[in-house]
Amino acid sequence: MGRVHSWDMSTGVDGPGTRFTLFLSGCPLRCQYCQNPDTWHMRDGTPTTVDDVMAKIENCAAFLRSSGGGVTISGGEPLLQHAFTAEVLHRCKQLGLHTALDTSGFLGSAADDALITDTDLVLLDIKSFDIRTYERLTGRRLAPTLSFAGRLDALGVRTWIRYVLVPGWTDDPAAVEGLAQFIAGLGNVERVDVLPFHKLGASKYEALGLPFPLRDTPTPDSALVDQVRGQFRAHGLTAD
Amino acid sequence: MTTTAPALTTRPFPAPVAAWRGFAGGGWHGWIDVRDFIQANYTPYLGDGTFLAGPTQRTLAVRQKVGVLLPEERRKGVYDVDAATPSTITSHAPGYIDRHRELIVGLQTDAPLKRAIMPNGGLRMVESGLRAYGYQPDPQVSKIFTAYRKTHNAGVFDAYTPEMRAARKAGIITGLPDAYGRGRIIGDYRRVALYGVDRLIEAKRAERAAQDALPSSEPVIRDREELAEQIRALGELKEMAAAYGCDVSRPAATAQEAVQWLYLGYLAAIKEQNGAAMSLGRTSTFLDVYLQRDLALGLIDESRAQELIDDFVIKLRMVRFLRTPEYDELFSGDPTWVTESIGGIGLDGRPLVTRTSFRFLQTLYNLGPAPEPNLTVLWSPQLPEGFKRFCAKVSIDTSAIQYESDELMRPRTGDDTAIACCVSAMAVGKQMQFFGARVNLAKALLYAINGGRDEVTGEQVGPELAPLAGEYLDQAELDAAYDRMLDWLATTYVNALNVIHYMHDKYAYERIEMALHDHPVERMMACGIAGLSVAADSLSAVKYARVKVIRDATGLAVDYQVEGEYPAYGNNDDRADSIAVDLVRSFMAKIQRHPTYRGAIHTQSVLTITSNVVYGHHTGNTPDGRRAGAPFAPGANPMNGRDHHGMAASALSVAKIPYDQARDGISLTNTVTPTGLGRSPQERIGNLVGLLDAFTTCGGFHMNVNVLDRATLEDAMEHPENYPELTIRVSGYAVNFVRLTAEQQRDVISRTFHGAL
Repeated sequence: MGRVHSWDMSTGVDGPGTRFTLFLSGCPLRCQYCQNPDTWHMRDGTPTTVDDVMAKIENCAAFLRSSGGGVTISGGEPLLQHAFTAEVLHRCKQLGLHTALDTSGFLGSAADDALITDTDLVLLDIKSFDIRTYERLTGRRLAPTLSFAGRLDALGVRTWIRYVLVPGWTDDPAAVEGLAQFIAGLGNVERVDVLPFHKLGASKYEALGLPFPLRDTPTPDSALVDQVRGQFRAHGLTAD
Repeated sequence: MTTTAPALTTRPFPAPVAAWRGFAGGGWHGWIDVRDFIQANYTPYLGDGTFLAGPTQRTLAVRQKVGVLLPEERRKGVYDVDAATPSTITSHAPGYIDRHRELIVGLQTDAPLKRAIMPNGGLRMVESGLRAYGYQPDPQVSKIFTAYRKTHNAGVFDAYTPEMRAARKAGIITGLPDAYGRGRIIGDYRRVALYGVDRLIEAKRAERAAQDALPSSEPVIRDREELAEQIRALGELKEMAAAYGCDVSRPAATAQEAVQWLYLGYLAAIKEQNGAAMSLGRTSTFLDVYLQRDLALGLIDESRAQELIDDFVIKLRMVRFLRTPEYDELFSGDPTWVTESIGGIGLDGRPLVTRTSFRFLQTLYNLGPAPEPNLTVLWSPQLPEGFKRFCAKVSIDTSAIQYESDELMRPRTGDDTAIACCVSAMAVGKQMQFFGARVNLAKALLYAINGGRDEVTGEQVGPELAPLAGEYLDQAELDAAYDRMLDWLATTYVNALNVIHYMHDKYAYERIEMALHDHPVERMMACGIAGLSVAADSLSAVKYARVKVIRDATGLAVDYQVEGEYPAYGNNDDRADSIAVDLVRSFMAKIQRHPTYRGAIHTQSVLTITSNVVYGHHTGNTPDGRRAGAPFAPGANPMNGRDHHGMAASALSVAKIPYDQARDGISLTNTVTPTGLGRSPQERIGNLVGLLDAFTTCGGFHMNVNVLDRATLEDAMEHPENYPELTIRVSGYAVNFVRLTAEQQRDVISRTFHGAL
């Protein structure tokens, strides 16, 4: 039994093609810019069996296959419910579907090799490359994410890096440079998605009666976005 | 029968050696068979769009000449009208945009954008159209069409029953073509180019002669008269073409002539019929054979090939009819549905994609985006990758293309199928339809609850049955009452359509369009339904939640309170989707019980065009929680804001509606933000191709694709002058966004935009 926040079908957002994305409840991080505070607590999720999830996926499997898409497990942090995640991924592979895991990597050690074998693509969200910024931003340590990245490289798992660009938080050129060097040293990273920070989740904070910490932080302008993408590209990485 | 036997000629016809030089095959020599000619001669193109040419100075100059007239037309509603001359094929002197620059000539009247009157469909429509735009109806015309010559409109109202009038007035059956031309008939205009008109007359004479041996029964007499009219119209086509210096009695000998001859055939049709939809057919791959021959001979280069198509499309963008402002409000502007069907796969597996398929789409760049012609790609996952990606790119750049499943049509109507209007598949030259607009399924549900009384006026419109009595709607009771109400609706509807089409054949027969069909032709009775998602969600609410009825002092149910949650159509949830499917099946079965005029085959569409706004206006509160007056969702779309799981889940729900129960088409309109397709332009193209492949594979029939941000539309509402070309797809066709009414604009903006946060 897993705790599920929601599901949807989307295109071009959570991996290649059109995907069935399962959002699981619960996350160990508390990112300042988090747009989904409604996914923080596992207890808020709807108890759901793997069979329930698979029935929904099977209902659209033909569409996912012919669109060049598949299934993405996201959250929250899907590795918080690693056993449930592992089973859904495995069942998807049995259906011949492409699978992706959208994770911060903080709980990477909870993912066993079987789970990783059943994952065709990891969307690895690296919040910052500066240790102190990472802790201030997420409340957690950076190291587990980097060691998970190394493990994915060793296992040869296709990986896309996601990097949320927040002015004043993650736009420090030195930190970006460090991250770009690190990623360029990995052999399994196909692309880096630089995601401009936005505030469309602010209403969720209001609904939950919580303060939105980055209420006054501006969204990045296109010059800054281009500049940061340029830093990644300068290391031979594909960055959009 | 899906195909008719070829019409044999009475004697061998001498092959026009020069015109057909280099063309292969022979079957098409002996009888009229354009498909056979295409199959024997076309060259599939498997590459991408890099060969295409931009607009020439000449094209830009002609475009500019038209462009300067458009602001005045937008301001006044119409640019000019000839109020005194009922239009026929030969009624007006030749007209030109720029005589020395035009490559393809011919206008509906003697000047660009000057509209003609076509009173055969209905005099009232002509008179109110004229008055609305400040023109006086010509007394002579009014006298002729009242004292001496009856119109289609007058005939229909002589034969309508009181029940039909009441249903029409209440808006439970609407949009009926009883006051104007029915349209939706596609002449095979390619025949004019391939065979020349003399040969077509020859074939028609043979068809006519075959009737002479039959006893003079009513159907035979009518066929003989119609064939005589067709032959007469072909003669007038020659005369009209001669005024433009074109001898269409003989086949076209060059690519330029082929485009010109084909266009003149179409021009004859739009000079005589103000049809709701005047679709073009499937011409690009046919014309490609001529363009390829001239290219191979070195007579033209790519730039000239593109110019010919560009010039042709300029003409197609100038098609105008005089209509009333109410009509324009219903249909969002001034649509003509000059639908051109592009692409598809042949029965032998070869793609029917040619370089000219690309050239037609390229006009959206060379001439700018525009709603007409209504460019329709017949989509199949088997289409060449280069073509698929080019289509996706054009969609992302212009939002001006619609897609329909070649996989569903090819096995049923063959590989020479074209779309009439928005979503109606016709085997070109072999099938036609009797356009039947649509009934309001949501209002019928309210009638079932209220025992046939109208929820807005309180009047008894439907049969007087016992209204539902309980405090809460009971599923079994409602199902039974709805079933009876739909029985009545189907009966009234099909019988009204029979009246309409009898009178249209009698008083406003489409002589030239039918001259470009085989005899006998296969006819469809194209019924339609609106309000599917409202009706399905209402039934789902009754089944899965509790719906409390609020009645007024007279006992009329006027509002509903939904207690609890219910699954809504549009989330790939079978609980709700199966209700929509059952409704479609059940109404089709009810329609089929009633005999049709001229033995037409029953079909139905799930298509509202843009009348979803007007239908909503006329429909009270519904048990799904929708408020009185709120627009319906367009076509087969889920209700706005009730599809919570993304565009693909919503599309999967719509794809469940069985095409065989809605052979006149099932329309889905989607709007997606650019980022909702991916991060880079290349990725967006690939993902849109994937979406179309997947939708088609899962049995989806039609998809409009708009790639737009809501902010763009909001800005266009504020500053229309900055967006003269902003084109968006609505149900089955495209419109100029700035020409929509403010209410329609708000409806479009309020629709679900599928995007990424």
